[in-house]
Amino acid sequence: MESVIFYLFSAVLVASSLAVITVRNPVHAVLFLVLAFFTCAAIWLMMEAEFLAITLVLVYVGAVMVLFLFVVMMLDINISVLREGFVKNAYVGVPVALIVLLELIAVVGRKEFGLEQMPAPVRHAADYSNTKELGRVLYTDYVYAFELAAVVLVVAIIAAIILTMRRRPNTKVQNIGEQVAVRRDDRVRIVKMASEKKNDGSAT
Amino acid sequence: MIDALLTMWNQLPELLQTIILTVVKIVAIVVPIMLSVAYLTLAERKVIGYIQVRIGPNRVGPKGLLQPIADGLKLALKEIIIPTNANRILFILGPILTLGPALAAWAVIPFDEGMVLANVDAGLLYILAMTSMGVYGVIIAGWSSNSKYAFLGALRSSAQVVSYEIAMGFALVGVLMAAGSLNLQEIVLAQKGEWGIVNWFMLPLLPLFVVYFISGVAETNRAPFDVAEGESEIVAGFHVEYSGMTFAVFFLAEYANMILIAVLTSIMFMGGWLSPFEGIPVLGALFSWVPGIVWLLLKTAFFLFLFLWFRATFPRYRYDQIMRLGWKVFIPVTIVWIVVVGLFIMGQVGPWFD
Repeated sequence: MESVIFYLFSAVLVASSLAVITVRNPVHAVLFLVLAFFTCAAIWLMMEAEFLAITLVLVYVGAVMVLFLFVVMMLDINISVLREGFVKNAYVGVPVALIVLLELIAVVGRKEFGLEQMPAPVRHAADYSNTKELGRVLYTDYVYAFELAAVVLVVAIIAAIILTMRRRPNTKVQNIGEQVAVRRDDRVRIVKMASEKKNDGSAT
Repeated sequence: MIDALLTMWNQLPELLQTIILTVVKIVAIVVPIMLSVAYLTLAERKVIGYIQVRIGPNRVGPKGLLQPIADGLKLALKEIIIPTNANRILFILGPILTLGPALAAWAVIPFDEGMVLANVDAGLLYILAMTSMGVYGVIIAGWSSNSKYAFLGALRSSAQVVSYEIAMGFALVGVLMAAGSLNLQEIVLAQKGEWGIVNWFMLPLLPLFVVYFISGVAETNRAPFDVAEGESEIVAGFHVEYSGMTFAVFFLAEYANMILIAVLTSIMFMGGWLSPFEGIPVLGALFSWVPGIVWLLLKTAFFLFLFLWFRATFPRYRYDQIMRLGWKVFIPVTIVWIVVVGLFIMGQVGPWFD
């Protein structure tokens, strides 16, 4: 049963990954990428890595791909122009692709990655919590590497903010602090006056 | 008869048994949710009606109680129109992708001690992941409709959801720090104590509680954060082109999400199924017979009422104000309070953290 589910998810994963690079519409490609992430998370879930699986869905599917989808939707891509140089560039592209393929086979081929070299992991008991184990390892054995990664991320965030910060003197900006601080008296003047006497008969 | 059924049940292979049991449990959760959604729409119209000094629907059935059924029937019988230039597959997929995650999140909600479909250790993360999936339905619906209004609505709504998710996530970080667990059941049990209502996380996490609930209102695109469907600006937002049952599915998803946020708020901050009078001398004993699920439902109903109350009270936010509130007010507040919670835990401030 488990292997049936595994092969089902794997088939979906491979098919959707292929679709990412073959479909014509870029928005469809992004959506297939989302599907690929999601099935990948399902496969991780089957490997008892529930924390990583859920984080993959949360971070990549829930946030990164949404913004990605935004960008792709807003772009006005002319697909026929994109496909123009296909044959011309194939002389370079095909050999490069082949070399990458060969390298991949050399690294993760049958010789290095078979069941003999890497036996299937042992099933854990029901009370085993991958989340807890991950936290324990991250904050004890690998704490320096973890902190370092955090520092790199902070640097990247600051760099990204600095890159988008530029002076634009001609833009009009609302001063929200002022808007919020507005009181009724600044906008409305209430005038007290005596009610007028009724004119007898004549319409005004 | 029962014996015969039992022996038949035992003859079934184990795999089939678990599948049938799970499906039965799912049905037992989904059907009440759907019914609550139906009657929530009635409650909304009634509550807002009374707030605005009207009576609200009172024609169909006694006191208008059959109104949701009539509405549902009407929507089911309407024609489903697919715009000529719309992307057919994605146009149909949109509503499904909105409703799916809204219902899937219910899998880890504990209704009482042990009364949960899947007692997952990473339950809180699962909820976050599922609610963040819902935005795809909106984007896909808006894009595939091939209409300016729908597209603008989708952009607004998804930008809003993505922004408020961050504040929500930080509020949840505070909860998991206080409870020391991601398991929703344990989060409720961590709020159990001899002081009853005082032990709930509502008090030590008050800012997070407020931020979470307001972000929840924004996440579900409800008033006053309903710019995604601001009628006066973009007709109806991402679902302008939808009609009949496809529109009804969006409607169901919105209300199911509201109920989900209400339940989550009561579980994480208001002690879930715990009785508020626990440990209080006379009242505690007086109310000890009430089953936990009743308390949970009462708390949920209270938060749902807040949703309706907000809608009848506040005018719609302007878009830049929504973004400002999310990024510049809520996120700093949550970050500061996470540090404060850390100090509370270090100092073992009672009765919550000792």
